[in-house]
Amino acid sequence: MLSQWGFVLILSAIAVIIPVAAVTLGHFLGPRRPDPIKNETYESGVETIGDTWVQFRAQYYLIGLIFLIFDVEVIFLFPIAIAYQDLSFFSVIAAVTFVLILILGLFLEWRKGALEWS
Amino acid sequence: MNWSDALIQMQYNLGAPQELSWLVQGITYFVGAFILANAALVLALVLIWITRKVISRIQDRIGPNRLGPFGLFQTIADAMKLLSKEDINPTSADTISYQIAPVLSVVGVIMALAVIPFGAGLIGADLNVGVLYLVALGSIGIMAALMAGWGSNNKYALLAGFRVVAQLLSYEIPMVLAMLAPVLLVNTMRMQELAQAQSLFIGPINLGIGWFVFLLPGAFLIYFISALAEGEQTPFDLLEAESELVAGFHIEYSGMKFAMFFLAQFLNSFFLGAIAVALFLGGWQGPFAGQIPLLGPIYFMAKTFFIYVVIQWIKGTFPRMRVDQMMQFAWKVLVPLVLTLILVQMVVMKLPLPGWINSLLVLVANIGVFIAVLNIMGSYFRREMVRTKRSFEPKSLIGTMQPVNTSSGD
Repeated sequence: MLSQWGFVLILSAIAVIIPVAAVTLGHFLGPRRPDPIKNETYESGVETIGDTWVQFRAQYYLIGLIFLIFDVEVIFLFPIAIAYQDLSFFSVIAAVTFVLILILGLFLEWRKGALEWS
Repeated sequence: MNWSDALIQMQYNLGAPQELSWLVQGITYFVGAFILANAALVLALVLIWITRKVISRIQDRIGPNRLGPFGLFQTIADAMKLLSKEDINPTSADTISYQIAPVLSVVGVIMALAVIPFGAGLIGADLNVGVLYLVALGSIGIMAALMAGWGSNNKYALLAGFRVVAQLLSYEIPMVLAMLAPVLLVNTMRMQELAQAQSLFIGPINLGIGWFVFLLPGAFLIYFISALAEGEQTPFDLLEAESELVAGFHIEYSGMKFAMFFLAQFLNSFFLGAIAVALFLGGWQGPFAGQIPLLGPIYFMAKTFFIYVVIQWIKGTFPRMRVDQMMQFAWKVLVPLVLTLILVQMVVMKLPLPGWINSLLVLVANIGVFIAVLNIMGSYFRREMVRTKRSFEPKSLIGTMQPVNTSSGD
């Protein structure tokens, strides 16, 4: 089993090397004529006004939070799914309750308007 | 027989000493990983060619046809051109995240290759957490997109980066939950066992068409729609909406770095198709795949390319969704439906009934979800069609035309 992860490790090393090699090759093969105007931030031919890294919509933050809750709960569901055949009656009740709480949480967020995008 | 066992055996037959077994195994894995990673690059060339040909045919054009047979070498020529382009680094960019982002986007998709079951015994590493591994790698692409959007220090790129994160995060939940349905059925996360479980035996003969899509059509449809969004394909390709965001999060990239994002996107939509095939469409299973092992990889690739062509077909025919509608579709339609589906499946599987009644109940729930999702999507696109037609009518242009609701939500 451990040696299977060895394959993943080697593949990840190769997966890093390939794009790094391609980008480096492109860097050296291409022409290099830096120009202050060329290196400016692109904005349809006009100079950028103000800072880019400004405040953004709070909606993105909310979506991130909701995602975090759901993703963690989904990850908890995978071990349950693997052992599902062998679960006893009470464990099944617990698992079903868990999914029900997920659904209720979704409807609560819906009622609270956290899913609106306006 | 596993490919790595066969390769190790071959090395011993060639005279490798037994005490150097770690080296033999290392060489085996290196050769396997090297072939796999480079096959991905060749695959990308073919995928780009297929996309261009399919889209061209839909738009009544011919597509690339000059270089090589059927224009097959056009992509190689494009890659050469991109290699000879200047590598422009904007002065105001955040150097570290700007430089790492294109590399990271490719790393995620190439690593996903490790658990794709191309055939019986033909899987890079049959991890016991295979499905979870794929889910984890999906997040690397999100991170790369956000790093590119943030690091470019460009307003368009940042807007697109935010959109990417919001879209991919939202659609990851229904996708992962839909992937849970076959896992719940087979009780394993190994991709190979999932593919194996989709056989259909009549006597001793394996017909290989016991695909989960026949039992879980609802989960498959939800997976497919979410995969379209995860692969940044139409109708969910808002992050590169040309008319509003120019190009998306890779607007400041040029040359090879731009090519990396391009490569990652094409490979990503191929892999999402491959996962759909492995989980729902029987993987390498098919008629006579058990008797003739060579048929396994052929079936797998044929099914995956079929899914890929369907994705391109959708790309050529569907309009783009609006941001708010897209987000609401994920959270208010897909997530509740797929959660209900999982709940029904969990309860039904534990009912003290004969097996075929359980399967029938799961199938009925799935068909219900299938019809519901199709209806909701269909009504949306019909409404859009009417709205578009109306705005082109000459009468409506004089007075009665309502201003089109332009609030895109950003």
